[in-house]
Amino acid sequence: MISAHLPVLQVVVPLVAAPLIVLLRRGLVGYVLAMAASAFVAGSALSLLADVWHGGVISYAIGNWPPPWGIEYRIDAANAFVLALLGVIAVVVAAYARRSVAAEVPAEQHYLFYAMYCLCLAGLVGITVTGDAFNVFVFLEISSLSSYVLIAFGRDRRALLASYQYLILGTIGATFIVIGVGLLYMMTGTLNIADMAARIGAVEARRPVLAALAFLTVGISLKAALFPLHLWLPGAYAFAPSAVSAFLAATATKVSLYVLLRFYFTVFGATFVFDALPMGGVLIALSVAAMFVASATAVFQADFKKLLAYSSLGQIGYITLGIGFASKAGLTGGVVHLFNHAVTKGALFMLAGAVALRLGSVRLDRMDGLAKAMPLTCAGIVLGGLSLIGVPGTAGFVTKWYLVLAALEAGSWTLAFVPVASSLLAVAYVWRFVEVAYFRPPSAEVARLSEAPPGLLLPAGALLVAVVYFGIDPSLTVGAAARAADALLAGIR
Amino acid sequence: MRNYLVLRVVAKIMIPFMLLYALYVQFHGDYGPGGGFQAGVIIAAAIIFYAIVFGLATARRVVPDWLVETCLAAGVLIYAGVGLVGILLGGNFLDYFVLDRDPVAGQHRGIFWVEAGVCVTVAGVMLKIFYMFAGRRREDDDA
Repeated sequence: MISAHLPVLQVVVPLVAAPLIVLLRRGLVGYVLAMAASAFVAGSALSLLADVWHGGVISYAIGNWPPPWGIEYRIDAANAFVLALLGVIAVVVAAYARRSVAAEVPAEQHYLFYAMYCLCLAGLVGITVTGDAFNVFVFLEISSLSSYVLIAFGRDRRALLASYQYLILGTIGATFIVIGVGLLYMMTGTLNIADMAARIGAVEARRPVLAALAFLTVGISLKAALFPLHLWLPGAYAFAPSAVSAFLAATATKVSLYVLLRFYFTVFGATFVFDALPMGGVLIALSVAAMFVASATAVFQADFKKLLAYSSLGQIGYITLGIGFASKAGLTGGVVHLFNHAVTKGALFMLAGAVALRLGSVRLDRMDGLAKAMPLTCAGIVLGGLSLIGVPGTAGFVTKWYLVLAALEAGSWTLAFVPVASSLLAVAYVWRFVEVAYFRPPSAEVARLSEAPPGLLLPAGALLVAVVYFGIDPSLTVGAAARAADALLAGIR
Repeated sequence: MRNYLVLRVVAKIMIPFMLLYALYVQFHGDYGPGGGFQAGVIIAAAIIFYAIVFGLATARRVVPDWLVETCLAAGVLIYAGVGLVGILLGGNFLDYFVLDRDPVAGQHRGIFWVEAGVCVTVAGVMLKIFYMFAGRRREDDDA
């Protein structure tokens, strides 16, 4: 009986866990409930992914009002993939959060932290599973508002400013999205995404549809931190508590990119967006700019978490590059990079948190000789860095392989060189850490440090195992991503 | 404002009617304008009015912080609980049709409890925001 309700229970379980945690007011209870909710989301997400693996679609009518009148939750290969990613990351981050939050958040606020974590998870899962355009906006607000609070939990007072910046830009983004959805509703008379897709072709007046596309593109790009709308991201990731940086870096922008995919391919249709309009060229140009400008900025960061944040912006460029090709190989590369980058950057932010816990700072100039004191942490960071560069045998390589394939398929030799060339910039910023941590003598401050506790290393290690495993045998991730690409391209018209 | 006799007397007369009006807006939501959100705001407004006239400390004795925090969480639970009852009775999430033998009566029952949840949460959130702003002293800013 439960399995029939999994699509909605995924949202409801974390959503109910949040107020329960607030009612019970105990940090430990909060942790247990947050962990249980995350585990539930992970388990049901994987079971749903297995259900839609062979191209099925699961539809769930909220309140038993049949779609398109009621709100429909609709799961196909594309969002099942994102859902599985969310579930896996949520569990690992929850495991990491226990030790990390204890060190970084005042004890009397622990229960609030876990309540917000559950709300944020509920919002992200909701955006992913829903088949209703307005519902996307509602869940976007739930996840955004809770992530502003999560960022503001950071110890550094600049966390408040970063959170406020994100709040302003995030609200502008959400407003643009709701205007876009409103225009689509005006022209098609429906909010159900599948129904919208069926009706949009019959709309006579193209101008409101164009305006909707423009509003949605800008709004979603703001939430996804696509260059040049990324200004909120570096501060937000750098000053948030480590567990939050890891969670948001691995999930929040990825879910926004999924929304972009859904609107482009399912609602507007790839022919309209990429053939009738030059959106492919625009996306590719912005992606290339992101890869080079953001990665080059990363090279000059003094703060390791900021370095990782700028590197995230470059990596988002890889995903949007794949979307811009609008081909099977491009989409497979883009979608698989949602996962590959999530596990890589999640692990790196967790390890940065481990450094922050011992060293009290993540400034590169204080990390001299860190590898002597914290060998496992530093080895993990290097491994994650190799995946950012895209060295064969790591998950990052798989993405680049597909992107290069997609570029060659599109007949563009220059674009095939782009991911490779931007890898060189990744080498530069990863090398900065290697140089500081491995080739300098430990300072007196660093020499006193001990290795990070297992409570932080094990979750990060689990993600790094995934980085290596899916770098060597990507059949599972690429298989799921290829099915997601098929599902997105199925409605091509 | 505790020294203004007129204000105090007027407040004491008004507040019960404000609360009563909130209940009217709540329960009339089925048939006319109104509903849980508006009723919750009116309840919160009545208590905020009380706090402005009689002081924050007095208001906190009447409606303590723990009660406010409980309300804002409990309302969401009531709402989600209605949805889960729908599942337990063999329907979908938030399925009001199964809440009664007569589907129309079921719809009434479902929306009644959902609106009750909305009212409790909205009143709680409004008061929480008011308490947080009003209770903030200058030292807190420098801490």
